[in-house]
Amino acid sequence: MASGQSFLNTIKNMLKTSIKLFLGVSILSIFIFFTIFGLLFYKVDPKEPKFASLHPPSLENPLGTDILGRDILAQLIYGTAYSLKIGVLAALIASAIGIIVGGVGGYLGGIVDDILTLITNTLLTIPSIALLVVIAAYFRVRSEWIIILIIGITSWPSMARSIRSQVLSLKSRDFIELAKLLGLSKSRILFVEVLPNMLSYIVMYFFLNIAGAIVSEAALSVIGLGPTATISLGILLRWAIAWDSIRCGAWWWFLFPGLAITIISVSLFLINDGLDQLYNPRARG
Amino acid sequence: MNIKNSIEGNNAILKAIDVRGYYKTIRGYVKAVDGCSLTVHEGAIIGLAGESGSGKSTLGKLIIGYSKPPLRFISGRVEVDGISIYNLSWSERRKVWGSLATMIPQYSMNSLNPVIKISDFIVDTLKQHLKDISRKDILEKAIQRFNELQLSPSVLNMYPFELSGGMKQRVVIVASTLLNPSVIVADEPTSALDVSTQRALLELLYKIVKQRIVKSMIIISHDIATLYQISNYFHIMYAGKIVESSSTEELINEPLHPYTKILIGAITTPEPITRKKKLVSVAGAPPNLLNPPTGCRFYHRCPYATEKCKRDEPPLLEVKPGRFVACWLYKNGV
Amino acid sequence: MAEYLLSVEHLSKIFITGGIRRYEKIVAVDDISFGCNRGEIVGLIGESGSGKTTTARLLLKLLKPTSGKIVYGGKDVWTIPDIEYHRYVQGIFQDPYASLNPVYKISHLFNNTFVGLLKTTPKSEREEMIKNSLKLVHLNPEEVLQKHIYELSGGELQRVLLANSLLVNPEVIVADEPTSMIDASMRVEILNIFKDLSRKDRKLIIFITHDIGQAFYMCDRIIVMYKGKIVEQGPAEQIVLDPQHSYTKRLISDVPKLHEKFVIKV
Repeated sequence: MASGQSFLNTIKNMLKTSIKLFLGVSILSIFIFFTIFGLLFYKVDPKEPKFASLHPPSLENPLGTDILGRDILAQLIYGTAYSLKIGVLAALIASAIGIIVGGVGGYLGGIVDDILTLITNTLLTIPSIALLVVIAAYFRVRSEWIIILIIGITSWPSMARSIRSQVLSLKSRDFIELAKLLGLSKSRILFVEVLPNMLSYIVMYFFLNIAGAIVSEAALSVIGLGPTATISLGILLRWAIAWDSIRCGAWWWFLFPGLAITIISVSLFLINDGLDQLYNPRARG
Repeated sequence: MNIKNSIEGNNAILKAIDVRGYYKTIRGYVKAVDGCSLTVHEGAIIGLAGESGSGKSTLGKLIIGYSKPPLRFISGRVEVDGISIYNLSWSERRKVWGSLATMIPQYSMNSLNPVIKISDFIVDTLKQHLKDISRKDILEKAIQRFNELQLSPSVLNMYPFELSGGMKQRVVIVASTLLNPSVIVADEPTSALDVSTQRALLELLYKIVKQRIVKSMIIISHDIATLYQISNYFHIMYAGKIVESSSTEELINEPLHPYTKILIGAITTPEPITRKKKLVSVAGAPPNLLNPPTGCRFYHRCPYATEKCKRDEPPLLEVKPGRFVACWLYKNGV
Repeated sequence: MAEYLLSVEHLSKIFITGGIRRYEKIVAVDDISFGCNRGEIVGLIGESGSGKTTTARLLLKLLKPTSGKIVYGGKDVWTIPDIEYHRYVQGIFQDPYASLNPVYKISHLFNNTFVGLLKTTPKSEREEMIKNSLKLVHLNPEEVLQKHIYELSGGELQRVLLANSLLVNPEVIVADEPTSMIDASMRVEILNIFKDLSRKDRKLIIFITHDIGQAFYMCDRIIVMYKGKIVEQGPAEQIVLDPQHSYTKRLISDVPKLHEKFVIKV
């Protein structure tokens, strides 16, 4: 990250250097635009059962219809928007908790660090899926915010761990010691010297968290523990499976939501990988 | 150019002729070793010296045929005991590593698996090369070798985490001799260890050659004073090329190449002469090997540089029997 | 006889580690005492684990002593506020690449100095001061300030760091293995800069190294450390050519030299 270049130029250079990053960003952008344009222009109600049931893709319904006669393209648009929203919000919560827990523990050390690490490590040993399922099952009605919170609260530990180790390794680095020798205040050191070095990791982990959250939501929804009375990619899949679309040969019903989840996740992983390539070049010096 | 023909024949264990090895990177080829030749005779301990980026470690790898991507062997010829290494396939080379030529990489003491006993490590390693030998025989051989080198065989029953850095390095060195290779290439074998351990390791390496356990050795290091203790011949590398080759005494007492003069002049040892020395500094840094300059690679830092040096690259020529220099100052001999 | 500029009295540093129960004790520095004056280059020699790096950090007030004291200009250094102490005592570390923040350009280092210790310097003078100190270490400001750290060599970076110290113009520079990670051909320039700082500017240089040969070249006095203690100290020539302590004798005899070789029995 060059402080002298403009932000746009930096992004342009990054995309030019890493193919993976470029691919990931492109694919994700396609989905985001697809969602935005869809919401603005494709004025079909995803919940209204007004078309012929189980109709394969046609001019009127480009992605076909489901068993209740609802347009699948409309469902996909709403579902993608919904899943992305949940993904980003849950990732924000997970990241915020992770940064605070990891950062405070790493920076302060001592008994505070010991306690926070204990909590983090204990939560890490519990498989997040199991935790998700148990907590979700506890609620009879699950609003989207409950799902967001549940996913956020169960996925912060791994981020906390990596933030903590980053902070620990930075704390004792010579350039931090030198900054102290040059008379810089603690807060200036934290914000100007330490944080920018961690920004790359925070961003990378953020994208990973989004992917994880989208998949978690899908997983919950597929078993029926997702947000109630809404449409998401996971819920779409659930209906497709529950209504036996595979046996009926209604491939358009389960294929598109499944593909959407997979491709969005892949694009996020590509972004993460691309950023890793950029920030951790192999051959140095 | 740069084909050293004059030291031919008798007991040449290893011959490397005009070896080129480049690293493939996103930005192009880094020409780490760009036309180097050397010969190693029986009983020789060769010091391959240079600073970081000179190509000495790369040359060490290329000499035994270890051209693993991103390192690519581009051209040249390497013969060990008459066998042309680069005519062998990778799997054929793997078979001769250990018994023909072997390498002790830098920091190899850190590559010992801490939870595998030394004896198991040695048995596993040797079994990969000698399929039919029994565990008992391998360990007998190992004990015998340790005793030959006046080292206690009790380490065989220990784990690496119980051993000091120096002991681990000793284990690695002894293990590398078990198949009696013709040449061992040791890359910075004494780095990161305290002074007394370094001395002990140098003595071990010396004994290995003098007791004819291996026929010859190449030691790679940036520390000339260390190499001086046991080497009988030196090659000095700069920016991918060998710039001077000469016997140890002649190199230390009368360095010819301007770079060698600076290198020798910068050595500080705890001897009376150091106190009165005026160390001469040289500005600049070695050239970028992605796009090395035409002409002599030392041109920008050389106090004797001329226009000819900038245009034409000086060949490595024998200016006195056994003394080779790549410098236009000596185009008519010394 | 006269009062020392910087001295250390019965200094000890014990590290306690081991998690919540805190049971492991490491005695890094064990009751050491020495004194240094203006215009001297004092060498602190030791191998790894000798406590020399910990001593450096203690002298720079980056660590608090467990017991004993460090005295500068007659005052206990912990009674002097950091922002004042570091105008007099600065440090150079071993790895130049680690001493600079990789996210920023070289100019950031100098800016930091003006935000911190030299904040009272008028803005109009700052650029000139930076240029002058870079020229003192034979670097061209135009070629260096806008670069990132991996675009410069180790030797150039160490000189940048020295230039930054010179901006502060301290009386004491604590140099912790300043040339160990730098190639031989680029070391000399840095060593000569230190020598000039001592001879011409009468600064006190505390030169920490494991390389006894280099200490012999550089230093007026040498202090030999082993396992946290000082085993011997005195004028450089005396320590190197006529060592008294058995550790010092072994250290010097095991260092490879150019005018005699190890005698190896086969």
